[in-house]
This record gives sequence, structure tokens and C-alpha cells, in this order.
Amino acid sequence: MGALKRYFRSPAAVIGLVLLLIVVGMAIAASWLFPNNPLSLAGRPLVWPFANPRFPLGTDNSGRDIAAQIFYGARISLLIGGVATVIAIAIGTLIGAFAGYYGGWVDNILMRITEAFQTLPNFVLLLVLVAVFGSTLTTVTIAIGVVSWPAPARLTRAEFLSLRNREFIQAGRTLGMKDLQLILGEILPNALPPVIVYASVVMAVAILLESALAFLRLSDPNVASWGNLIGLGRDVLRVQWYVSAIPGIAILTTVLAVSLVGQGLNDALNPRLKQR
Amino acid sequence: MSEVPILSLDRLSVSLPKGADRTHALKDVSLSVASNEIVCVVGESGSGKSMMANTIMRLLPQGVAIEGGRVLFEGRDLVAASLADMRHVRGESIAMVFQEPMTALNPLRTVGDQIAEMFQVHTDLSKTEIHARVLALLEDVRIPDPTVAAKAYPHELSGGQRQRAMIAMALALDPKLLIADEPTTALDVTTQAQILKLIRDLQQRKRTAVLFITHDFGVVAEIADRVAVMQHGVLVEHGTAASILNHPQHPYTRQLIAAVPPLTAPKPRRFSSEPILTVSHVSKTHRTGGFLGRGARVTPAVKDVSLTLPRGATLGIVGESGSGKSTLARCIVRLIDPDAGSILLDGKDWASMSRDEVRRETRHIQMVFQDPFGSLNPRRKAAELVAQGPIVHGTPRSTAIAEAKRLFELVGLDPSAGDRFPHEFSGGQRQRIGLARALALKPDVLVADEPVSALDVSVQAQVLRLLSELRERLGLSIVFITHDLRVAAQVCDLVAVMKEGEIVEHGPVAQVFGRPQHPYTQALIASVPGGDFTAEHEAAVS
Repeated sequence: MGALKRYFRSPAAVIGLVLLLIVVGMAIAASWLFPNNPLSLAGRPLVWPFANPRFPLGTDNSGRDIAAQIFYGARISLLIGGVATVIAIAIGTLIGAFAGYYGGWVDNILMRITEAFQTLPNFVLLLVLVAVFGSTLTTVTIAIGVVSWPAPARLTRAEFLSLRNREFIQAGRTLGMKDLQLILGEILPNALPPVIVYASVVMAVAILLESALAFLRLSDPNVASWGNLIGLGRDVLRVQWYVSAIPGIAILTTVLAVSLVGQGLNDALNPRLKQR
Repeated sequence: MSEVPILSLDRLSVSLPKGADRTHALKDVSLSVASNEIVCVVGESGSGKSMMANTIMRLLPQGVAIEGGRVLFEGRDLVAASLADMRHVRGESIAMVFQEPMTALNPLRTVGDQIAEMFQVHTDLSKTEIHARVLALLEDVRIPDPTVAAKAYPHELSGGQRQRAMIAMALALDPKLLIADEPTTALDVTTQAQILKLIRDLQQRKRTAVLFITHDFGVVAEIADRVAVMQHGVLVEHGTAASILNHPQHPYTRQLIAAVPPLTAPKPRRFSSEPILTVSHVSKTHRTGGFLGRGARVTPAVKDVSLTLPRGATLGIVGESGSGKSTLARCIVRLIDPDAGSILLDGKDWASMSRDEVRRETRHIQMVFQDPFGSLNPRRKAAELVAQGPIVHGTPRSTAIAEAKRLFELVGLDPSAGDRFPHEFSGGQRQRIGLARALALKPDVLVADEPVSALDVSVQAQVLRLLSELRERLGLSIVFITHDLRVAAQVCDLVAVMKEGEIVEHGPVAQVFGRPQHPYTQALIASVPGGDFTAEHEAAVS
């Protein structure tokens, strides 16, 4: 298809995809390369990277293998990023679709709710949610999804506003289609491309939000996540800086990969923008 | 009349980027324009006529390049001119007027400011002098109340006034050559007549050379001294207006002229006297803005309209933009709920039905839309689009798709084309798909909202022929909305003229167009461009 070809024509997009595939590969290979629990003690604490061939990336303050945590952490980051994005996009498109399609008071109510969410800094809201519902992996993921939906909702609403008056929607109505058929079958497929592109931004932010939570030691302490590792490294930041720096690089790479893929998708799905 | 040529194109070729549908936008085009004459370039969409204007101005899109030939302007070759030289030429020596004045003007600056900018860029006049010149120019283009107009923003002016302001801007520096790219296409017919007259008058007074690009032979007949006909980037014929219009040599020119429908009606058809659709006292008022009813703007779009459509007949509703004809059409199919009145279709009152009932009954009345690009969902295949209606009403998918292929044949499309997406079809073909979609539900009444307005004249003729063929074969009754009186004269049995939401005159088409009673109808008919030409052309055809 044309979009696929256009995607692969951009070097940045291809680099992004390769980086993302590496991260996915790490997540898949984790249990195969490191059969032991990544959170179990493996050796002496605070071994520098490359000092001991058993621990290529060294160990943290309690003697756990950093390399193992990085590999397992890829799973957690992708899981949180992916699931939270799906939640955010699902809520966002649903609310945006109804607000944009029906307009009037439905739009007013839904948009006031959206604004209420948007006026609160979403990290503060996330902290409140985690403080109230506890910090297991499930609650953290859902909470991140719940604080990220307003932007996709606005985007979907804007698309629906411009599409709902197009003649093909009116044609659908004269054929006797029900509102739900029009929303899901006719408008949504046309409104989705920009939302899909925006999903990459949501995913990158979701990964960062989880790391930030973990840095404040508010994320699930029972999983090996990059954020947890950074949080641990905080105590030894001035001397054994690598404990924080290594997962930091992993987060940077993943977020960069996701953003590049998103940018590439944007150019591939909006060919006219690309030509300019 | 013609003197030394101001502009001459000498074997000009412009290449298109690879992957376009042809290799050249222009091929070996030679043409000259002398001072004090109007040369019309006519052609259908994609003929390269706008590309010619852009080439002269050197405003070519990326990937499009001048391949050979010369553009001689006052003896200087513009193809070889530097960009800095071109900036002087543009605006000062060659000015341009575009099709859509709303998009050609900056919405955030007043009209006066934008005209003044011409002087600021190209001259050293003082502020007060510039102001005086701007007012004089606006006076020249006969904008009512120039002082107010100069301070107005583009959206505060009407379409015709905006185009006048554009012309004022173009003529600010007394250019030698004015290029007008479809300047009246977006305007109503009465406004178009005024603007054409204005261009004619100004051109004669200032002895400007005008290169006038249009697709409409009526406009050509109205304004041209000489005519050049373009097809697929090639200039197929040129000569004086009289010789081209009356004795076209090239088959393509003949075909184009023959496709212009005459303004008089063909012999009346027979249809039953029993009404299938009766619209009585329908009103619709648009309300916009305002909080809790305060400060809301109220525009009555349709005022107390009553019409009857006899079974098997075609009722034309003609009027200019904003006359409420589209709103009326949408009320009839209940895309818009009318405020008052009744719409009787086969004895049932459409106006008072609930949404659910409308959904169930909708197969009795179907609509064909104006925009062949916007009215088809770009993400569905053609066969699916046509089958959608029957599927919604309970026909199994496979039957509906098979039926869709039969309909394809009926509207003159290849049945195997059903697997393609809308963007793979041409405008005329898309309009056929739209027609097939409406016919799939086997409606009794078809409401067609400007179904051929977005099409080229030859394609328009084909679609109209198809429509009248289907009308006979399927016994359709049609409500036909159009702004084009010529089209209305050809397809309609009855016609109603709308102005500001009201029907000012209605009756059989021969009567309304032949002996118009209402002054507005008379004005409309007088404004149809190339009226005399059409009369002669008609005599030649019959």
C-alpha cells in the first residue's frame, strides 16, 4: 500500500521503528536471557558496568542485576505504555465522537468534563489516583490511561465536527442509517488517522508518567521497572550514577522510538502535508 | 483593435512531475495578447489553462518545470528572468485575479490595507496619497460606499464586492496585463454579469491587455475578443471570438460548444397530473449563536413555500446562492427538520414523522448530492457504497452487492469497477456512483441538489442525458435543484424560482423562461452569460 511505502521512505521513521523493535525484542528475550527473577539478589551491590562479566551493566544498591532489570523493565514499560494508551484512546475517541457528532448540549456537557480534567495538571491527578487506589501495576496503568484521555477526545471531536457535515454523512442519513452506524461505520474510520498518530504521543507520555511515579517511589515496587531503578539510584546518584543513568537511557530510547514512529505515521498517513 | 502584442507565448512547454496522469501540463503552446484586447482561454478542468497563467507569473508548484519555449512580455523573456525581476513584474506589470476572492484575500486585514500594500511594496507614495488612491480605486470598481468598504474585512463584504476589491487591487498599479483565472466562477449569475461588465469597462478605459481563463462558453461569448481552446495541455484552436463561436473547426471545440445547453426548453413531456409530492407552507429558520436565546442571529432560510411535484415529472428549483433552495431540498428529505408546514409524499406527512419513521420510509425518497468528491465515503469501495442502502434496510449483503453491480451497468459504469475506491474514479463517474446509490433503494422521488454543478460541461451533458434516460425508464419523479438556468431549461418540466427563501414564480419551464413575469426572473434570465450567443447557437442546433 502507498502509506507503507511512504513510511519506509523516511529515514527517521525507519530508525524509530528499528529502535522500537529492539525494545520489543528485549521484552520478549528477557525471560530467556535472564531466567532468574530480576528482583532477586545476584551478587555484590554496586558493581560498576563492565567490571564483572557476569553483570555487564553492573548491579544496583541491593546487588540486583541491572541488565536483567532493564530487559524485564522493557516489558513493564511497553505494557504500561500500550495498555494506558488503549484506555486513553478508547475513552477519548468515544467522548470526542459523541461530543462532535451530536453537538449542542451533549457537546457542552462532555467538553466541560474534559476541560475539568485538562485544567488539573495530569501528573497531580495521577498522584491523587495512585494515593487513593494504591500502587499496583493494574491501578497505575489504569490511572495513567484515565488522566491521558482529554487530548485525544478533543482531537476526535474536532475531526467529527468537520466530518459530520460532509455530504457522504448526509447521504448515509438519507439512506436511513442509524446514528451509531454513522458514527462507527462512516465517520470514525475517516477520523482515526490523526488519532492513531496522536496515540504515539500518548504512549510516550504514559511511559514517562510511570517513570516519574516510580522515581517518587509511588509505582508498583514489586515489578522490575525502569522507573523503579531510577528511583533506587537516586540514593547513590553522586557516586554510582550509572544506576540511574542506564534505565534513563532506556526510557529516552523508547520514548524517542515511539515519537519517531508517530512522526513517520503522520507523514505516511497525511501525504499532502509531507510534500510541503 | 489588436496592436503590438504585450505578451506572447512562444512554443511554451511545461512538464509535470513523474507519476502525473500526463507528462506535460502545457505542450508547445503559442499565443499572444495585445494591449486593449481580451483573450479568453477556454478548456475543461485539467486542460492546463490555469497552469498557463501560473507559468506566466512563474508561480509553479514544486516538481513542475518550464521545459522549453519563451514567455515574451514587452519583448523580455520571463522564463529567463531572475526571481527579483519577477517580483517587480508581478503586481506592477502583470496582475492577477483569482477564482475565489475569499481565499485570495487575507481575512485578518481590511480590504483598504490590502490594496494599500500594493502601493507600499511598489511605490514611494506617502500614506495620505496611498489612502486617496485606494479610495479612487474602490470608486473605479464601483463598490458602494468606498470609505466604508476600505475599512471592512473580507468577510464583511459580499462575494461580488470581494471580487471587485480583488480587481481594484490588481489594477492598482495600472498593469499592462491582467490575468483573470475564472474570476466569476464562484459568483452568482447576476453578480457575474456585473463583474464581467466591470472588467470590460475598466479594460477599455485603461487599455489593459486581459488574459481571461474560463470554462464557460457563455462567458466567452460575453467578453472575448479572441479565443484560445485548450485540451490536455495543447492549444487546439484559436481565433477571433466570432469565428470560434460560430464556425468552430476543431472537433473538440465543436463538442464543447455543442455541450452548452440552450436556454429554451425542449418540447414539453407528458406526465400525470396526480401529485406524488406536495409541499405546503414549509418554513425553516436558521438560528445561530446567542446564549439562552439572547443575541441569537435569526435567518429565515425558507419562507412559506408550497409546491407540487406531479408523478413522473421533474420540478426544477432555481435560484442564486443563499436563496434557500438547498435548505428546501434538505427539508424535503428530512436532513433538516422544517419548522412549519407539511410535506405529503404518497399521502404520508413527512414533515411530522419521527426520526425512526423517517429512517424506515426513507427508501421512497432519495437524494443525489452536489460534490462528487465529498458525497462518497473515501474509505468504502464503490459497490459497497451502492449496496449500503439496501443493507441498512435488511437486504442480505451478498444480494445487495450483486444488485449494486447491476446498478453500475444501469448508470453506465463497468460492473467490475465495484472493487475500486472513490478516488480512483473521475468526477463524472463518481456522480454516477452517487446516482446508483440513490437508485439502489428504488425510490419514487429523487431529490437532486446541484448534481452537475461540479462537473465539466461535456461530462455534465452526459450525466444529464443519463438522468433523463433513467427518468423515462424507471418512472422517477425528480426535484432538481440548480443555479444554472440552462441546465434547468433542459431537464425540468416545471420550474420554481426562489429568492430569499420565497418562491417568486413557478410554472411550466417554457412559460417561466419564455415569458418571465416576475422582475427577478427577468433579471436572472438577462444575466445568463452569452445570451445572444445562446440564441444563435440554438438556432444553429435546431
